[in-house]
Amino acid sequence: MKSFKLSPWSLMGALLATMAQAANAGEVNAAVAANFTEPVKQIVELFQKESGHTVKLSFGSSGKFTSQIKEGAPFDVLLAADEKNPKMLEQEGLAVEGSRFVYALGKLVLWSAQPGYVDDKGTVLGKGSYNKLAIADPKLAPYGFAAQETLQKLELWDKVQSKLVTGESITQAYQFAATGNAELAFIALSQITKDGKVTEGSWWIVPAHMYSPIKQSAVQLTAAKDKAAAQAFLAFLKGEKAVAIIRSFGYELP
Amino acid sequence: MATLDPADLHAVWLTLKLASVTTCLLLLIATPLAWWLAHSRKWYKGPVAAVVALPLVLPPTVLGFYLLLLMGPHGAVGELTTALGLGRLPFTFYGLVIGSVFFSMPFAVQPIQNAFEAIGRRPLEVAATLRAGAWDRFVSVALPLARPGFLTAIILAFAHTVGEFGVVLMLGGNIPGETRVLSVAIYSHVEAMEYGAAHFLAGGMVLFSFVVLLGLYLAGGKLSKVTR
Repeated sequence: MKSFKLSPWSLMGALLATMAQAANAGEVNAAVAANFTEPVKQIVELFQKESGHTVKLSFGSSGKFTSQIKEGAPFDVLLAADEKNPKMLEQEGLAVEGSRFVYALGKLVLWSAQPGYVDDKGTVLGKGSYNKLAIADPKLAPYGFAAQETLQKLELWDKVQSKLVTGESITQAYQFAATGNAELAFIALSQITKDGKVTEGSWWIVPAHMYSPIKQSAVQLTAAKDKAAAQAFLAFLKGEKAVAIIRSFGYELP
Repeated sequence: MATLDPADLHAVWLTLKLASVTTCLLLLIATPLAWWLAHSRKWYKGPVAAVVALPLVLPPTVLGFYLLLLMGPHGAVGELTTALGLGRLPFTFYGLVIGSVFFSMPFAVQPIQNAFEAIGRRPLEVAATLRAGAWDRFVSVALPLARPGFLTAIILAFAHTVGEFGVVLMLGGNIPGETRVLSVAIYSHVEAMEYGAAHFLAGGMVLFSFVVLLGLYLAGGKLSKVTR
């Protein structure tokens, strides 16, 4: 049998062909706040189909991503859960000036895995019949800070201190409540929304006037300034189709 | 220069307390277990040894996640502790102790087991011919000969508990004075970009770990000379 010999030239040709393709169909490395996990997956699926670009998603906390970006993490865009971190990156020249925009307004919700546990006014908070209330660390997570503001507004912050358990992110706060270890948790509405509906447990959507708006902001990072795919992705995120998906997860838009 | 604020001091104290309690419990559990593993010829010795070693391989988050489910209100352990009137374990110091005992188990069992195996059967058989009973043989012959193994086990179990992060993060809920141990406090400082406070604690941790390991190696060298 004659073996097929791979010549250096054919290898080079294949390599060049792949590179040319890569130049057309770019790759975007996106750092995304954990609460936006589900919506961004759906948005990316559509975006990839329409544009031919690929998006690689990393999920985590906005603060962690910001520290990592300062240390040279290879991300092209950041979809943060707040406005503070993207602003900071912009000020330090690590994000493209003027690329920042609010892609979603987060909604805080008090949630329990048990149906019927949370009433639609959140009075359960003041009753104290529960053991543990989970929140995200107010120092680290915007939803955690919003939870603190809400409790302060209700004049319950001091009263609930002994019942408070803190997750490093709202993902962990959700986990504490979903496993039943905490009866109540302040989380993002998007975490329990599927196809525009909340189906599990019981909840109270905290009125927007009780906490400062959670302006989830996106920026393009300076390292990816000339990357067409990154620009295209952010443009798509502002577009009608993406907005429809974002709304279906319970976010508002400015 | 960052200074140690009271909350951080509390975290240091809590970490030392957790490591001490865990190490004591582990010695009580690991000694008979190691003895059995060293001497048993049962077919299920292999599976038991594998289970003991599991935490070496599993990511701490896996262990933390299952413990959270098990000790939760719908888990078997959680139902048991609630029925016994002990309440629920997650978010409590004792929940962390249980997590740590599982997590550091191989670090306590394996050095002791190795030490028991190294003694072999002969000294015990000699003791038996001198009419030493089983308990006497264990206390007067096996334990003293296995001393280096115990020392290694104590230091490793203690140090490994101090360095634990994933399990306590999953089980703890970051409650000051109850479950906020050093590693979690450092993590929070880093996440909040309070690098000064983080350096203070993290630097101390590096120093502590180095001293512990250095002590381990020095003591190990000395002890093996003594027993030789």
